[in-house]
This record gives sequence, C-alpha cells and structure tokens, in this order.
Amino acid sequence: MYLNVRRDNDNLTAELAGSWRGPDLPAIDTELAGQSLAGVRQLRVSVPEAVDLDLAGAWRLREWLKAAETAGLDVAFDGQVPPQLELIDSTCAGKRLAPTLASSESSFEPVTALGRLVSRRLDAARAALGFVGHITVTWLRACTSWRRLRPASITRHVYETGLTAVPIASLIAFLITVIIAYIAAQYMQQYGAEIYVVDLITISVLRELAVLLTAIIVAGRSGSAFAAEIGAMKLNEEVDALHAIGVDPHEVLVLPRVIGLVIALPLLTVAADLVGLTGGALLCHWLLDMPLVLFIERAQDAISPTTFWVGVAKAPVFALLIALTGTYRGLQVRNSSRELGRLTTTAVVQSIFLVLLADAMFAVAFWLLDI
Amino acid sequence: MSEPLVEVRGLVNRFGSQTVHDGLEMTVERGEVFGIVGGSGSGKSVLLRSILGLQRPQKGEVRLMGRDVTRMTQAELRETKALYGVTFQQGALFSSLTVLQNVQLPMLEHLRLSPSALDELAMLKIRLVGLSDDAARKFPAQLSGGMIKRAALARALALDPSLLMLDEPTAGLDPISAAAFDELLMDLRPQLKLTVIMITHDLDTIFRTCNRVGVIIDRKMTSDTLEGIARHPHPWIQAYFHGERARRFGATSHGA
Repeated sequence: MYLNVRRDNDNLTAELAGSWRGPDLPAIDTELAGQSLAGVRQLRVSVPEAVDLDLAGAWRLREWLKAAETAGLDVAFDGQVPPQLELIDSTCAGKRLAPTLASSESSFEPVTALGRLVSRRLDAARAALGFVGHITVTWLRACTSWRRLRPASITRHVYETGLTAVPIASLIAFLITVIIAYIAAQYMQQYGAEIYVVDLITISVLRELAVLLTAIIVAGRSGSAFAAEIGAMKLNEEVDALHAIGVDPHEVLVLPRVIGLVIALPLLTVAADLVGLTGGALLCHWLLDMPLVLFIERAQDAISPTTFWVGVAKAPVFALLIALTGTYRGLQVRNSSRELGRLTTTAVVQSIFLVLLADAMFAVAFWLLDI
Repeated sequence: MSEPLVEVRGLVNRFGSQTVHDGLEMTVERGEVFGIVGGSGSGKSVLLRSILGLQRPQKGEVRLMGRDVTRMTQAELRETKALYGVTFQQGALFSSLTVLQNVQLPMLEHLRLSPSALDELAMLKIRLVGLSDDAARKFPAQLSGGMIKRAALARALALDPSLLMLDEPTAGLDPISAAAFDELLMDLRPQLKLTVIMITHDLDTIFRTCNRVGVIIDRKMTSDTLEGIARHPHPWIQAYFHGERARRFGATSHGA
C-alpha cells in the first residue's frame, strides 16, 4: 500500500504510506493507475514524516499531481510540501524534463550521403598519406644521428616483435608445411611422383608460405600491440605530454616500432623458412621413406638462386605496412575506450589486408620480371 | 542516536610487506559530512575502497548500515551498491557513453523504469548538479574538469543514495568552481538527507563543508570535530591545519 485514500463526495484525501523509492516505482505505478479520479473536484495530499520519499518517488508523485491538475482538479497539500518536491520544482523551473533529441540527419539524402562519404574517404586518404610523409621526413632526420634513431628503443621492439614471436611463428610454419606436404604426398604417390613433393614444399615455403604466415601472425600480435599501446598513451594524454616537452611522438613512438619490425620480420621469416623445410623433410622421411640426404639434394635442384631471396625480400615491405598501420591507427584514438578497441581491430584487419594485397602485387611483379 | 551509518573497526590492510592500515577505527553518523585527510600514500583511497568492498582487508570489519561488508558474498555486496553513491578521483565516467547514459546506467541496473521515466529522472539529476541540457548529450571527453566532477556527482546520485562517498571531489578545479561544488553539495545535503564521506586535500572544502575530520596518521585514524582536530598536538596535524596555507583561510581562529 502506497496510498491511503479517503473519498468524501467530490473531495479526495490521499495520504502517502510506506516507502516511495526508486525500486518501488513499478508497484506505485500500478497503484496510481488503479486510482480513479472521475468525479473528484478537490485532491488533498499529505506526506507523513514516516514516509520514505526519495527523488524518484517525489518525481512520480509530482507527475500524478500534474496529471490531476490537467484534468481540472484542485490539488493542494495538507501540511507541508515535501522538500524533495520543492527541490524538483526549483530545479525544473517550469521546463520539461525530457531530454531534447540529438539533432541527427533528419532524413535519408542519397546525394548528400554519397558526397559526405566521398569527402570523408578523401580526407582519410590524405591523412594517411600525410602520416607516411611525416614518418619519412622524421626517418630521414633521425638518420643524421644515432641518438635520434634511439637504438635502445629499436632493440626493445626487435626483441618484443621478433624474438618473442619465434616459437609461435615456427610452430605455425611447421604445422602448415606438414599439412601441405601430407596432402601433396597422398596425391603424388598415386602417380609415383613422390619426388615432386620436395619441389612443392621448398618452393611454396620459401617463396610464399613462410613470409606470408609470419606476416599475418605478426600483424595479429604486434600490429594490435602497436595500436593499443599508442592508443592508450593518447587516452592518457601521454602523447600530448611528449608534444609539450618538445619531443616528436612520431620520432619516439612510431619510428622505433617501424624500424624494429622491419628488422625483426625478415629474421622471423628466415626462422620460419628453416622450420618449415625441416617439417617438410621430416614428413617426407616418415611418410615417403625418403632419406634426408635425398631431400636436401632434391631441394637444391628445385630452387633457383633467387627463390629464397624472393621470399625474404617481401618481409621488410610487409613489416612496413603492418607497423605503419598499427601506429597510425593508434595515433587516431581519441576520447574513448571504445575508440581504442575499434581502431585496434581496424589496425589488425587492415594490416592483414594490406599484406595480402602487397603479396599479390609482388606475385605479378615477379612474374613480369620472370623471377 | 541510531547506529552509525559507517563503522570501521580494527581495519588492517597490507600490500606485501607494506602495511597501509593497522587497526584503523572510523565512525560516521547519519547526516554528517566526514572529511578524510592524510599525507600522500597514507591510504585514504585504500580506506575508501575497503568501505566500498572493492578491497578485502586482511583484518577488521567494515559495517555499512550495520552490515559487515568484509564478510559479504558477491551477491550481497551487489545489493549494498544501491545504498551509496561514489565519485572517483578522475571522475571515472564511462568514456563511450554520454553524460545522460552515464547517469542512466545505475538506474538501468537497479531499477525497473519505463524509458521516459528513465530519461526524465536522469535529466532531473543532471539539472540538480547544475549541468545544462546541452551537457547531457555530450561525451565525457567534451567536458571541462568541473563539469566532469558534476557529472560524476549526478551519476553518484542516480539511485538516491543516503550515503555519498567522494574521492577528491574538488581536486583539479579552480577555486571558484571548487567553491561552487562545495556550495552545491551543501545545498543538496539537507534536501536529499545525505551523509557524505569525502577524501580531500582542499582546506577550503574542509572548512566549508565538514562537520568532522578524520586524519590518517601512522596507519591509524584520529577523528574529531574541526575545532577538536585543529587542537590535536600531533606535528603533522599541526602543520596541516596551522601551516602557511591554512593560515590564509583563518584556520587558526578555530584552533588553539
């Protein structure tokens, strides 16, 4: 019971009871809804001291009284008006409480939407280009002295992105090679062409698989780390602090990461090459009874002098793409933690996409160059 | 007098070999504004976290409205959250939500309200702390320091708590905004029947708002009325209330 009502002809006396607090609102609503005001001319309300009235309850009472007033009733308080109600009255001062709606685009305008999209994309492209230019200039300037190149920082990033990724990159290279070799061996055996499994493994691992898989793993590992680290620093105003001290954040945050990854990814690729070929050799040994010596001999025949370098040469380019995307997205983080998550995701997705795109372009270029 | 609203008995908090509190006692009665002061690293925030149940102390009990927080299960602890409102040092507004949504979040969690009631009640709280309708639609990153403190207060008041715990409510504000915040608090306190516990370094705020002050010294708390504490002989308290900064506020007139 929240309301004790006494009816006296066209006079209604309502006395509040119990607790009128936020959690009671649904029950209060039902009780007030069941209260018929038909035929009532005068409504007298009293709020005893014992009633536990909070702002939510007071607001509901006020709504009810306002509705009664609108219906033409004469509303008055018996005794004192509760201070909570006065507080609401003074706060609102006649204004509606409902928040005004945010002024979003009123209707769908295809031409406007298209124009906005195009200009936004152009802006984004220009910003990205500006970032690459800025990094290039910073890099050239940093090359003038050891101190500005920050060798300690670069070493740390080589360690974090390279050395600590060796186990996972090796494992993936090993497993993928074994899977491919296994499937190839099954088919080749039917034609008695087992020896070509060696060609398939060596060429695919050295040219494509090792570098591509390593780049994708690194994009997931380090690309996201770059974006998240720098993004969190942006949120903490650490990047602004760097600016304020007179240090270019691009020089201390972006450049060491880019250079570190450009050094680390080719090394990781070599490790993946090594482990991948080992995996292939072991599988050939177990599955096809091929002596290891034969595998090595055949592998040397299969590859040309350029095969290894074609793979490794792609690594620095992939590293550049991953590191630039990660750091760029990190620097774009603004204002909220949701942005941080969104841009970290974007960094990983885009760097993987860019790596694959670059790989396709490399394939065409090498084909045209006949390498 | 009914039982105290907050009662801390023999609190011990240790982090590794570092003891932050060693047998700390604190009592806050209904309707008080209780200020907690202490040097940097004296464990003011840890004390607040212990009262909130965010930090389980090694020993001792923390009674919130007669119930021991330290022995509650997670579910029981969750129920107590509706009893008090908290503001954190940095505001701790959710950066991906607007001010309005920030204030609505505790209501959504604890109350069953219709969307329109939710909007109106949240707007009421936002108006109450002196923010404009315009500010309600903004994200925390778009607000000034003073507005963030007010928005945080609006969120703390969302559930009409009877206890308000403020961690450095006026830190980082200019003296005029800080004074305005104090005034706001003093206006709201009697009307909402609030009990306030605040950690603060702002002597201005202490003299303007607090009934009683607790000082954390040597891992224990000494608490008294403002006049009483200013007369305490401990050198740190003397330096705090009668130092160069305090004198400017005429603090010495309260004391010895």
